[in-house]
Amino acid sequence: MTALLVQTLNGLAAASSLFLVAVGLSLIFGVTRIVNFAHGSFYMLGVYIAYSVATYFGNAFGFWGGVLAAGVAVALLGVIVEVAILRRIYAAPELLQLIATFALVLIIKDAALYIWGPEDLLGPRAPGFTGAVEIFGRPFPTYDLLLIVLGVAMLFALTTFIKRTRFGLLLRAATEDREMTDALGVNQKLLFTAVFALGCFLAGFGGALQLPREPATLNMDLNIIADVFVVVVIGGLGSLYGAFVAAVIISLVKAYCIGLGNVAMFGVEFEFSKLTLVAEFIVMALVLVFKPNGLFGRPFSHPRASEVIETPIGKPSNVQYATLLVGLMLAASLPLVFDEYTSVLATDVLIFALFAASLGLIIGTAGLGSFGHAAYFGLGAYGAALAAKAGFGFAPSLVCGVALSLTASIVFGWFCVRLSGTYMAMLTLAFAQIVWSIVFQWDAVTGGSNGIVGVWPPELFSDRDNFYWLALALCGAGVLFCWWIVYTPLGYALRASRDSQVKAHAIGLSVMRLQWAAFALAGALGGVAGAIYAFSKGSISPDVSAIPRSVDALVMVLLGGINTLLGPVVGAAVFTWLQDTLARSTEYWRAVLGAIILLLVMVFPKGIVGSIQSLTASMKKRSAA
Amino acid sequence: MTPALDILGLKKSFGGVAAVKGIDFNVNAGEAVALIGPNGAGKTTCFNLINGQLKPDAGSVSLFGENITSRSPEALFRAGVARTFQITATFATMTVRENVQLALMSHNGSATKVFCFATSQHAARADVLLNDVGLQSQSSRPCAELAYGDLKRLELAVALANDPRLLLMDEPTAGMSPQERDGLMQLALTVCRERKLALLFTEHDMDVVFKFADRIIVMNRGRLIAQGRPDEVRANEEVRKVYLGSTHV
Repeated sequence: MTALLVQTLNGLAAASSLFLVAVGLSLIFGVTRIVNFAHGSFYMLGVYIAYSVATYFGNAFGFWGGVLAAGVAVALLGVIVEVAILRRIYAAPELLQLIATFALVLIIKDAALYIWGPEDLLGPRAPGFTGAVEIFGRPFPTYDLLLIVLGVAMLFALTTFIKRTRFGLLLRAATEDREMTDALGVNQKLLFTAVFALGCFLAGFGGALQLPREPATLNMDLNIIADVFVVVVIGGLGSLYGAFVAAVIISLVKAYCIGLGNVAMFGVEFEFSKLTLVAEFIVMALVLVFKPNGLFGRPFSHPRASEVIETPIGKPSNVQYATLLVGLMLAASLPLVFDEYTSVLATDVLIFALFAASLGLIIGTAGLGSFGHAAYFGLGAYGAALAAKAGFGFAPSLVCGVALSLTASIVFGWFCVRLSGTYMAMLTLAFAQIVWSIVFQWDAVTGGSNGIVGVWPPELFSDRDNFYWLALALCGAGVLFCWWIVYTPLGYALRASRDSQVKAHAIGLSVMRLQWAAFALAGALGGVAGAIYAFSKGSISPDVSAIPRSVDALVMVLLGGINTLLGPVVGAAVFTWLQDTLARSTEYWRAVLGAIILLLVMVFPKGIVGSIQSLTASMKKRSAA
Repeated sequence: MTPALDILGLKKSFGGVAAVKGIDFNVNAGEAVALIGPNGAGKTTCFNLINGQLKPDAGSVSLFGENITSRSPEALFRAGVARTFQITATFATMTVRENVQLALMSHNGSATKVFCFATSQHAARADVLLNDVGLQSQSSRPCAELAYGDLKRLELAVALANDPRLLLMDEPTAGMSPQERDGLMQLALTVCRERKLALLFTEHDMDVVFKFADRIIVMNRGRLIAQGRPDEVRANEEVRKVYLGSTHV
């Protein structure tokens, strides 16, 4: 019993920072409708800045000054980011905004690497709160008690601020109805910047408070952002109380899981302390099934995944058939012309082309947001690798991988299609994180963070060129299938449910089932890509299903051009080549990649192929006129 | 004879506000019935209770004697109910013909096929329907380029693709020019007669209502206050009171 109470206190202490960061993200989303991936990076910067200030001064002033300075410095950075970048993309499609903020994640990560180095930095303990008090006969850190008090105090402070001040009034008004607030003459630019700064302050402040509890590391950004997404979605986007309640729920669930340790149930030993991530995401999935807008949220007007109006598709033209034939012939002759390294790189391109094309099926044709497509890639890879390790042959192993990802996409898809817009997209991310955390934490089966090594194809395909041809056959067939679907009745029905959901219902299409089918299909095809990937690399790690892999796929699709057939393939080729080139030429390739993505998002919001298409269309119009 | 559409004791409240307070009426096959009333009368709610957008608190909706209350829009489509929207809803990234073809595929249960081209499905039948509504010359144009009046006609063609027994039209002529209005309503009335389908429409324009409806149902404050032939409704005291100030009645 006392153990339970102590775990409860532990959980509440952890909840405070999480609440601060989450409420920041939630406020920003409420007003600007931007899902800010970089919010975790601002949190990370908060920890690092607090560390630097605290260690520079080394006293109580340094520590508490550092906490405040971290908040202010991050808020200032937020203002710069908002004015220089976000302000230009408020009107852009939601997914483009998302990858723009992910580009910021890459840039900030490398900036932190440059400034603070790769080592974990352990901060000082909080002066005046270094001891422990005895609670129920157990020592409990006084700093944790302070955090609990601070969390509740911040909730009240923020509530009062938002209820009583003019700024708070404007913030609530803009969350409620942006256009109306604008029409009433409120300076939106200023309001957006101010809200963004406030959100960033909370992230930096929340991060700085964590300094005595955990060291500053470079992967804090994505770890916290996953937690924050979960909190915001459980609580309801834009809800202050929701963020608080959800932060407490999530932190308690984690604390109890750790407290439970190993428990034998139904004859099976469960290591609950290793199930924290899984538990958290299961809670989220359950909440969303019963409360699709979160505990305290109201439905939001969801912008469509893409605003690009596509021209009618019809049937493939003879020119398209001819181009396809030439393209396939060129692709097949590639190993004859270039060296082996090119074959390896081209194999990657093929795998990612299929991965991106399968995602394109969901976000383009079906018009649904997915932030977590790496789940299926990862399951395909792990399914195949585990089967191969268990002694299955090459082809059966591939089938195992695909079967695993198909099963997962059917199960996950069932939940996802019940939600809409941002909630659905965040749930897809949550499922991907469940997969990642199972793979990462289930050492005994998946090898944990080390992954699985020694997954080799049979003798024939150990030759790099032969493997390339195999990948061309398999991935090529997959990509062709993705393209083919677009022309079929199923593809039309999917586009119909995207173009106008009410009309699709009215002509008797069951939109939910169609979307579910799209999810399952795309998941299985993503699994094909993952399974081939495992054999092409020979070893895999949990990275195959991590957030960056999901975002990579989004970048490829959006870079190439959503709602274009060629887009995902072109995007995969450009992105893979770019990543390879950058990674070989600079240590800070992430930052450079991030900068390039940002630039592309701002200059070519329709993607490469999309931009070429609209350029030729406008040229045609001009010559016709 | 069993009426095509039979509404019995239909009720619906939103929170504490009763929008539809228990109404009964019916529509026969081959008959065009207009549902009218001033703003806030409850006609849109009533319409949405029939087309499956809303679920009634009480009462029933029957189609040729078959209870179809609270069925989903998809299920209603299968039962032979078609509808057009007040604000046109079409599939903007498809051509005019493809819009009709998709409705035909759905009607024939082939909308989830994956081994054929969508544009090869029911092309001839789609052209017949487009010809019926006078859109044959526009069939290959992207829907997004269509003029508003043409979109309305396309909606009618899409609705007819279902071979409906009951056609529900919500404000069919809203946003159209006077000439276009008559054209569209004449078209709707023709199919109603030829195919013996029951037509129920809501409408703001009294000229259209009195010109094309066989029977008019008048709602006010959630209740049915009058129904009958146009001349009967025109002469009704209560209707005059409700529409006082309106020059049309």
